[in-house]
Amino acid sequence: MSFHPNEIARRARVASWTLVGIFALLLSAFFKTQVVNYTKYSQQSETNRLREVPLPAPRGIIYDRNNQVIAENVPGYAVSILSASADSLRAALTRLSAIIQISPEQIDLSVRRFSRARNRPVAILADASFDIVSVLEERRIDFPGLIIQSAPKRYYPDGAAVSTFVGYVGEVTEAELTNPRYLGYKTGQSVGKNGLEKQYETRLRGREGVRYVEVDALGRVVREAGAREEVAALPAAPMYTNIDMPLQRFMANIFGDSLQGGAIAIDPKTGGVLAMYSAPSYNPNSFVGGIPPELYKALLSDPRKPLFNKVTSARYPPGSTWKLATATIALQRGLVKLDDRMPVACTGGYQFGNRYFKCWEPKGHGSLTLAEAIEKSCDVYFYQLGLKVGLSELVAGGLRLGAREKSAIDLPEETRPSFPYSPATSYYNQKYGKNGWSQAVILNLSIGQGENAQTIVNMARFYTAFATDGSAARPEVVRDKPERTQILQLSADQLSGLRSALAGVISNGTAGSARIQGVVLAGKTGTAQNSTDPIHNHAWFVGYAPAGDPKIVVAVMLEFGGHGTRAARIASKIIQSYLHVEPTTLINTDG
Amino acid sequence: MRRVVADYPLILVALLLSGYGVAMVYSAGQTDIPTAATHAWIAQIRWVILSMVLAYGVSRASVRFFEWAALPVYIVTCLLLLGLLKFGGGAGDAASSKSWLVIAGHRLGQPAELAKVAVILMLARELGARREAPRSLLELWKPAVVVGIPWLLIMLQPDLGSGMVFIGIFFAMLFWSGVPLPLLVLIASPAVSLVLAFNTSLWGAWFLALLALVLWYRPYMWEGVTLMLANVFMGVLAPILWERLAPYQRHRLQVFLDPSIDPRNSGWHVIQSQVAIGSGGWIGKGFLGGTQKRLAFLPEQHTDFIFAVVGEELGLLGVTVALSLFLFLVLRAVRTASNANDSFGSLVAFGLAASWLVHVIVNVGMTLNLMPITGIPLPFFSYGGSFMLACWLAIGLMMRISSEGRGGRVGELAI
Repeated sequence: MSFHPNEIARRARVASWTLVGIFALLLSAFFKTQVVNYTKYSQQSETNRLREVPLPAPRGIIYDRNNQVIAENVPGYAVSILSASADSLRAALTRLSAIIQISPEQIDLSVRRFSRARNRPVAILADASFDIVSVLEERRIDFPGLIIQSAPKRYYPDGAAVSTFVGYVGEVTEAELTNPRYLGYKTGQSVGKNGLEKQYETRLRGREGVRYVEVDALGRVVREAGAREEVAALPAAPMYTNIDMPLQRFMANIFGDSLQGGAIAIDPKTGGVLAMYSAPSYNPNSFVGGIPPELYKALLSDPRKPLFNKVTSARYPPGSTWKLATATIALQRGLVKLDDRMPVACTGGYQFGNRYFKCWEPKGHGSLTLAEAIEKSCDVYFYQLGLKVGLSELVAGGLRLGAREKSAIDLPEETRPSFPYSPATSYYNQKYGKNGWSQAVILNLSIGQGENAQTIVNMARFYTAFATDGSAARPEVVRDKPERTQILQLSADQLSGLRSALAGVISNGTAGSARIQGVVLAGKTGTAQNSTDPIHNHAWFVGYAPAGDPKIVVAVMLEFGGHGTRAARIASKIIQSYLHVEPTTLINTDG
Repeated sequence: MRRVVADYPLILVALLLSGYGVAMVYSAGQTDIPTAATHAWIAQIRWVILSMVLAYGVSRASVRFFEWAALPVYIVTCLLLLGLLKFGGGAGDAASSKSWLVIAGHRLGQPAELAKVAVILMLARELGARREAPRSLLELWKPAVVVGIPWLLIMLQPDLGSGMVFIGIFFAMLFWSGVPLPLLVLIASPAVSLVLAFNTSLWGAWFLALLALVLWYRPYMWEGVTLMLANVFMGVLAPILWERLAPYQRHRLQVFLDPSIDPRNSGWHVIQSQVAIGSGGWIGKGFLGGTQKRLAFLPEQHTDFIFAVVGEELGLLGVTVALSLFLFLVLRAVRTASNANDSFGSLVAFGLAASWLVHVIVNVGMTLNLMPITGIPLPFFSYGGSFMLACWLAIGLMMRISSEGRGGRVGELAI
């Protein structure tokens, strides 16, 4: 080699500066990683080691009007598992299935959930029994990612008696997670599925807390607490409803197992829903923590539709309960007075064109005033009254009474009643074709049949107008601002006349059996024909009490219940229970 | 008797690096769930002490003795490497490779470490014996053969990392012996072509630049033609060679280019290493406090990826201290090389410096994904006996060379 000192010195200089350059480059690479990209890597390192274990927030307690509990939270256990990878999760679940029941479908579902949120434990059992928890605790060492924690569990002390309005909670489904309504929800969280639980989800939900556990690279939980400060769950504020639990229980009992239909009781002054029940009902507690599939299947396939809220979602022809609407429309137009008689007296039927329309009373009612016709529910009178009003006004007036509008009760999935729209001729032309219908539709419409199907809640709302100064109250389950709409444009005389006619229904009319001693009950029965079963009619009663100063409006609807008087008897018992009036022997004046 | 510790700063920096290294090996063992690495630090201390004793022994031997011993050591090493191909054993990730000397089931060490020293000695002897540095390709055949034989045997194991160290040593020592830089570039050009062959336009640009260099430097006509042909040949050969790489090597290279293609397997090491280092920030998470390390996210934390532990626990501060110590070590070795009073000693010192440098660049670069993962240890840090021994023997050799060297300060950087 060339070993001249100058040569060596030159090469040493080149080598030294090259070295300094190389190390400066290395150091700048570290600077970039450790200082410039610090936030990114720091977060990644935290994501690596920390797993968020959700601390479910206790849902808001739901109370009735007297602070009786309708829905509360009881201690329960939730079991979930943390994993490092989908494969290890599958393996752990397969091993777990030897101890607790996990179906292959559940394993697939869990793996799908895991891939959506790798940093959260996958829920296995939302509501584990103490026995299962103790077995799992014993074998915890075999399942290093297993997390068992106490979790508040929804409980409805009155079970099936309250499910109609309170609904139930369940785990948020995959479909719901894609819905913008559930933005921010994470798998494993519970969510209101029906009734108040769904309607007031945001109020009842509370704020979920989070606990951090530290895991190693294999997903084993290394530290249960202290890895990072936990965020406590924030319970939701309690919610106060208008429900009167003793009345609610009474209503549920009176329907029992055999009756099918629905009922609602409303305070006419505020619109507060005192009780509502759809029969048959279901036990909301069986949904909490996951309903067994076979039970759910049975509920779904039951022809009596227990999961269907018949009060807000089912539509029935209102039958004679609608006669009050016909009377109101006629009175508002000044076409009739309460003591006016119709040209044709009732002889058990009415000839219209080439068709003969029967009265429900084959013997006939004779000649009646409007007030008497309401009391006796005479069809022949209302056929003629309807014809007098005319189709377009019959429809337009019905619409003004809210016949095609939801009651706006604070419950989800209310069905809009079905009723012709205005102008009526275009409705019927569209429905039946230009020549497919005749003026005979008026006769049906005026007695609450035909193209008219109302929800139970909407009928109750309608009658709150008669129970007050003519304004209908928006039914509300949760105590809020009462809202009223003046729907009856009647003079004081007309209104009081109608009210005494309604009272007459009970004292000597169709609903005589429903009389309550000391309290005058006002209301209207209805016996509605329906297409499902031509022999068994739907039985309606809508009314209020006491007639002088109404405190409660009740609508009862018995599917295939026969004559409206049966519904009236049930309504009267409900009212008795609420007003605490000793029941009297009911006189059956069916006629 | 000659004073053996003539270079106190060098021995001090070696001691500091070893102490720093043992501390990091200790920390690397402190994981939440204990592993085999938990007690590695005790063994590492034993190795440091043994290595220092042996280094002292080496420093007692004359440089002339090493010059004499270079050939036999070189021959024995080559035979050992040859035997390894038949009887060698693997370890860790590269279980199929044959880098370990295994006798009766005991892994005694990696002869590649010995081979590095042997090649440095032999190359120093070969280059030091010349009056003038090689000026043409033809004159380079002897040094090329000296490095080529063990390099080939090691690449057959295969041990890509050690192969890279050999090439680093080769070029560094040629440079120190006085081979002009343009010639070095020309020698290296076929290798560059090999890499660039995967991108046609890049390779074309390189080829034109090379042509310009050849026209400017004016080597012998046949040399220029041969080199250009070699570049073309390499460009053609590259895809064929690629096909012939072991699947794990090919995968490693692919993952090096983009670790995210396999984040949970091959890419895991380098991703987690970067996360560990990056999350260290300015001053780190504190000694023993690295979560990436503690929770086993960081693999090989006491061997190949020990520098990631430094980055995570001691931050940029700890990294700067470690890199400064390494820089000082290598600069000190260059100083020793320039002060040596004979060409053999000078070349040995420079070769050892180059070996350290390549180890540091490849290992530290690997933790930041600047270099492919090759399993090259970090001098004085990585847990492992034979490499610690090799590092300290080099220190011993360096001591001897500097003690025999001139006291005068010729041409070194003032440090």
